[in-house]
Amino acid sequence: MNNRTETLIPVVGVITDVRIDTPDVKTFRVVTPEGKKAFDHMPGQCAMLSIPGVGEAMFSITSSPTNTEFMEFSIKKCGCVTDWLHQAEVGQQITIRGPYGRPFPVEEEFKGKDLLFIAGGIGLAPLRSVINYCRHYRDDYGKIDIVYGSRSMDDLVDYKEIVDEWTKDTNVDVHLTIDREQEGWDGHVGFVPNFVKELGFDTNKTAIICGPPIMIKFTLQAMVELGFNKEQVYTTMELRMKCGVGKCGRCNIGSKYVCKDGPVFRCDELDELPDEY
Amino acid sequence: MRKFSLSVLSEVFAEIAKNATLYIPATDNAGGAKFTKWAEGVEYLETLNTVKSPKDFFFPHTEDLMEFKVTGKNIELFDIREESEDFVVFGVRACDVKSFDILDRVFLVDPVDTYYASRREHGVIISLACTRPAETCFCGTFDIDPATPAGDISAWKTEDSIYLEANTAKGEALLAKLDVLTEECDTEAVETQQEKIRKIMDKLPLKDLTTDSFGGGKTLDLFNSEKWAELSESCLGCGTCTFVCPTCQCYDIKDFNTGNGVIRYRCWDSCMFSEFTKMAHGNSRLSQLERFRQRFMHKLVYYPENNEGIFSCVGCGRCLSKCPISMNIVKVMKALGGEK
Repeated sequence: MNNRTETLIPVVGVITDVRIDTPDVKTFRVVTPEGKKAFDHMPGQCAMLSIPGVGEAMFSITSSPTNTEFMEFSIKKCGCVTDWLHQAEVGQQITIRGPYGRPFPVEEEFKGKDLLFIAGGIGLAPLRSVINYCRHYRDDYGKIDIVYGSRSMDDLVDYKEIVDEWTKDTNVDVHLTIDREQEGWDGHVGFVPNFVKELGFDTNKTAIICGPPIMIKFTLQAMVELGFNKEQVYTTMELRMKCGVGKCGRCNIGSKYVCKDGPVFRCDELDELPDEY
Repeated sequence: MRKFSLSVLSEVFAEIAKNATLYIPATDNAGGAKFTKWAEGVEYLETLNTVKSPKDFFFPHTEDLMEFKVTGKNIELFDIREESEDFVVFGVRACDVKSFDILDRVFLVDPVDTYYASRREHGVIISLACTRPAETCFCGTFDIDPATPAGDISAWKTEDSIYLEANTAKGEALLAKLDVLTEECDTEAVETQQEKIRKIMDKLPLKDLTTDSFGGGKTLDLFNSEKWAELSESCLGCGTCTFVCPTCQCYDIKDFNTGNGVIRYRCWDSCMFSEFTKMAHGNSRLSQLERFRQRFMHKLVYYPENNEGIFSCVGCGRCLSKCPISMNIVKVMKALGGEK
């Protein structure tokens, strides 16, 4: 028997809560069979979840590291592993390994800054971790703005937490939008990039964007038009992964592996990489 | 330096095989050679290179990683790793020996791949200087000297003898066990042999192939070259180049339901395959052009960028002889390097 630690070997985790967020997003709470957190992480890092016999896939850890009791994963139903997870019930065991990747620089770069979070759809999942981390250490960060948009009212992930907690914080402004008019919605209607331009933020902020690739692209364009430098804007990427540690060879963008050199990148770093994501 | 007469070759093999599993190049019964477990009667085959590289001694084509037992909602996980057996590989050419260094820089960096590490620790490499490098050889492009192969023990074969020089503690320990069968000797015969090899190298058709246009920091210029379209046009995406390549290390992890549990295994994969980067919601490399470009950019630009300029090619020439459409890294290097 080999006694050395092997990153490819996961531990068993138990789903202790399943929250239905939207018609195709559920949030799963995971702990070890002993009821503990499987491991510590920093905001923006990911974990490999698997169901033996079905497959293994990488997910961003959506709960904040300041939550010492459990981890949460907001997962959109869109493939083999996620389909399976969506039919899983409380008490179901899965496997978990991690944490993987470079986190958001919450201690180094974000401290003392005004922060602008911009998310589209399920893109809120990785940002929720860093938003709640900054809310927890509120005094370490300046004004927080959150722009969040989805297809419809029903597709806003974590809507309850946003309304019940985030909007009530002091010095936190939440700006919600949905793509099309909808009965019962009296908020903003329109796509995120345009909404960002309409809101016209001060360019002294550090921005963090996550969403579908097309949304990231147009939002970054809008930010540049508002006068932001790419050095002020962070994003988090997703590509196919198997190992999580830069060895299986598939999640690279140029010489960078998203699993270990990312998933968090500063947007000027992306300019130096080939356009292949 | 020590030597033994070729007439006692099988005695030497038998001595080595007393303490470790020994692999030597032998016929694959299909006109080529493959590393074969030595036993009485297995004939050593004089060959330049085996059809497949010896990388699977350390990074096997497929290997089981762990097992699961699933009962209702519960999962039991079994760590089935075992320490590798002790083994010796005889007759590895200089290019293939260099490929192990290139793989080490992937598998032995933190977090260490323990499956690979265990085999690496338990394996002893006896290299063998090339006597007749072939027209497809271009190890010199990557500063590899086929007349001075590395490995735990370097070996040279002349008409009547094999000469041995230990390079590592593992190599010295093995050589000590061969004390009775070998004798101390000077380096003259080896030097003559090396001269001969270098003269052949000077006449090889690919001797002027250079890496000048490649390396870290050249990503965007090369990635955006218009030449990829023409170069990749005929690529079938069969992946043969990656499977015979001694440095290709991409792998897949998959689960196999045995009916009695689940085995999670890994197997070689290829960036040339269309599903390599396919996700539930899209694929970052949709066309064969993008997949083809990835393979060569990785070997010539991305890997060197991450590994102090070392290229992920050793010039073994396997892809030159095996590609069904005769496309290969040499043509890519010449085209991108500006040669017609």
